[in-house]
Amino acid sequence: MCSILLAMTELATLIEAIRPTVLSGERIHDVPESLRPLFPLGGLARGSRVRIGGAGSASVCMAIVSEASRQGSWVAVVGVGAWGWSAAARAGLQLDRSVFITPPPTSQWGTVVAALVDAVDVVIVDPTHQVTASDARRLAARSRERGSVIIEVAIDDGRRRFRWPSDPDLGLMVETVSWSGLGQGHGTLGDRWVSVVATGRRGATKVRRTDVLISASGVVVSAPTPPEANRHLRSVG
Amino acid sequence: MTVRSTSQPVAGDLPTRTVVVWCADWPAVALGRPFERPVVVMRANRVVATNPVARALGVDIGVRRREAQRHCPEAELIERDPEREARVFEPIVGALDQITPRIEIVQPGTCLFPARGPVRYFGGDGPLAEQLMSVVNAHLTTPTRVGVGIADGAFAATLAARRSAASGEPLAVPPRATPAFLAPLPVSCLGEPELTDVVGRLGLDTLGAFAALEAGDVVARFGTVGLAAHRLARGFDLRPPHLDEPPIDLDVEYLADPPLERVDQAAFVAKSLADDLHERLGSRGLAAVAILIEATTTSGHVVERRWRHDGALTSTAVAQRVRWQLDGWLTHTQGHASRGAGSLARLRVCPTEVVPDTGRQMGFWGGADAASIRARRGLARVQGALGADAVMVAQWSGGRAVGEQYQLISVDAVAVAEDESFDLAPVGIEPWPGSLPEPPPALVWPSPRPAEVVDAAGAQVRVDRRGGCSGSPARLSVESGAWVEITAWSGPWMTDERWWDAVTHRRRARFQVFTATGVAHLLTLEAQRWWVEATYD
Repeated sequence: MCSILLAMTELATLIEAIRPTVLSGERIHDVPESLRPLFPLGGLARGSRVRIGGAGSASVCMAIVSEASRQGSWVAVVGVGAWGWSAAARAGLQLDRSVFITPPPTSQWGTVVAALVDAVDVVIVDPTHQVTASDARRLAARSRERGSVIIEVAIDDGRRRFRWPSDPDLGLMVETVSWSGLGQGHGTLGDRWVSVVATGRRGATKVRRTDVLISASGVVVSAPTPPEANRHLRSVG
Repeated sequence: MTVRSTSQPVAGDLPTRTVVVWCADWPAVALGRPFERPVVVMRANRVVATNPVARALGVDIGVRRREAQRHCPEAELIERDPEREARVFEPIVGALDQITPRIEIVQPGTCLFPARGPVRYFGGDGPLAEQLMSVVNAHLTTPTRVGVGIADGAFAATLAARRSAASGEPLAVPPRATPAFLAPLPVSCLGEPELTDVVGRLGLDTLGAFAALEAGDVVARFGTVGLAAHRLARGFDLRPPHLDEPPIDLDVEYLADPPLERVDQAAFVAKSLADDLHERLGSRGLAAVAILIEATTTSGHVVERRWRHDGALTSTAVAQRVRWQLDGWLTHTQGHASRGAGSLARLRVCPTEVVPDTGRQMGFWGGADAASIRARRGLARVQGALGADAVMVAQWSGGRAVGEQYQLISVDAVAVAEDESFDLAPVGIEPWPGSLPEPPPALVWPSPRPAEVVDAAGAQVRVDRRGGCSGSPARLSVESGAWVEITAWSGPWMTDERWWDAVTHRRRARFQVFTATGVAHLLTLEAQRWWVEATYD
């Protein structure tokens, strides 16, 4: 009996010793450099769910997934009818590895998203109905197993907003601070300054905040404060 | 490179004497539009086929949509629909089937079969070809030029059929005269633009001149692509005739219970059969170049059709052909009680000719390819649940409106091999005059959302013919929602589209606005009504 126990402990140490190292790159999908401070692991944690809301959520979502897409990940967009493909392409999303799924009927929503979680690395959803607790549990388990990420993007399209029964692993709140280039009857929209606040659970409870500039050509760079010249465009809401 | 005399075909490598029936401009003809009106068929923003009227007006294959419209503004520009092409071709193949069995469809509009039996039965090349022509012409719903070519080998027979379509008379190349028939033809017939371009610049304008090169030299300079082309130019088949029967257990079968009646059910079955077949072939290191699709109707009637492809048929290609074929049968058996009740009880796909699969090199770590295989299989499951058209990809199509530049198309239209990403049209880099300045809006509303815009005094903002505003936009309300203040704005940019056409003519004024809530919109004013067209979210 004693020898069996001994063998067991030996085996346990052996397992520990020969277990392959888990590199951080295997636990996350990369995000653009300037957005890294928002993520506790420095990237989109595989198996997690991220919620993006606020004015500018679609652009920030495109910026976040662009890096993973460039590195070979597949991206599926489920039922976000207003998704701007020109903007997505401009942000760096690889369209030959991106698919759009027409909004599934409510009864099939869970099945379809579960199949996508199995198939692709990043699934972008905007639920058109209340997500049931069983669907949410199933999707969480699937995405953890498969190492894919569900991004819930809250598009302000005038519909009633629907929620998941549980909080996401990471919540990003986007605020568009100002736009350059637009005046009173002249100019065109150009670069914009966006401030993103991240809150979450499980090791992400600390509130993180970062300010970035999204240029007209889709490049995202860190930019602490909007220049004075554009102060008259500051949002007051 | 040394030039020597044409090496004579050796015994055993002689190509099979083949009959090719070719219908000109099939992608355009299959659409069933009146033949006196110009029809242009598009795929990925390029012209892939035209009918003679459009061609006479100067629309060439391969040009962009814009150029096609410039030459021929009255032409109907239609997206290519391979399913329809196959469906319309099915009755013609059905009629030819009465003349000879073993007809193989190369692509909708082109089919071939071995000449030996039928030629003997009809008493010569001429009578057979006459018979074929009259049968095809009798079954065409839209008239087009039909060509029948008979020669040694499918390549030469296809070229003969095309020439025959131009002259209107069948063309039979006498046995063993194929190299002589091919010799004066231009090298561009080989259909490998990159290769033929170089060959042409080396001064070898005709197939005969190219065929006169030593095979070893061709391989050294042009690799396997060159060797295949060289074989064709010398009058051989792409590969020596393969006489071994493929192993019987490669067949895949599907028993439909309840019987298949609808095309969308067929699509799902086609996919699973094709995957199954592909797996069986793959495990033996084989690939199919010709398949037989056989269906048994509920009344016990058996129909079969053969499809051939010059390269190996991938899983997607097999699925496509099975789907087309089932679509054709299900459409044409309906209303014909004699051919069964229009429902299929049993389905069998068997490879009739297999070649060793030379395959493609996977990524060393399996990396991107493995991810693509996983993605494509998962997407097929989603298609099974929601229908084939529920999974779409965005492809560049160009245009000036915000939602027009990328078009969502069904994933089946761009799917290639399973371990690859989609085959999309390249993104145009030419600027579109009148398109919006960067950045593109992140949200483009599928249907514009009604809005109201008023000036500081509360009156609706209007724009006159010359683009003058009645006042500065001050407040905005979207879909009768709360009023928000507009802190910055720009415009109006006037667009005047299709002014030559009273029905589709649109005059619009566009504005960019930034509101106090931190949201930027693209607004449109048309016929004195405001819309939110897109949002810079």
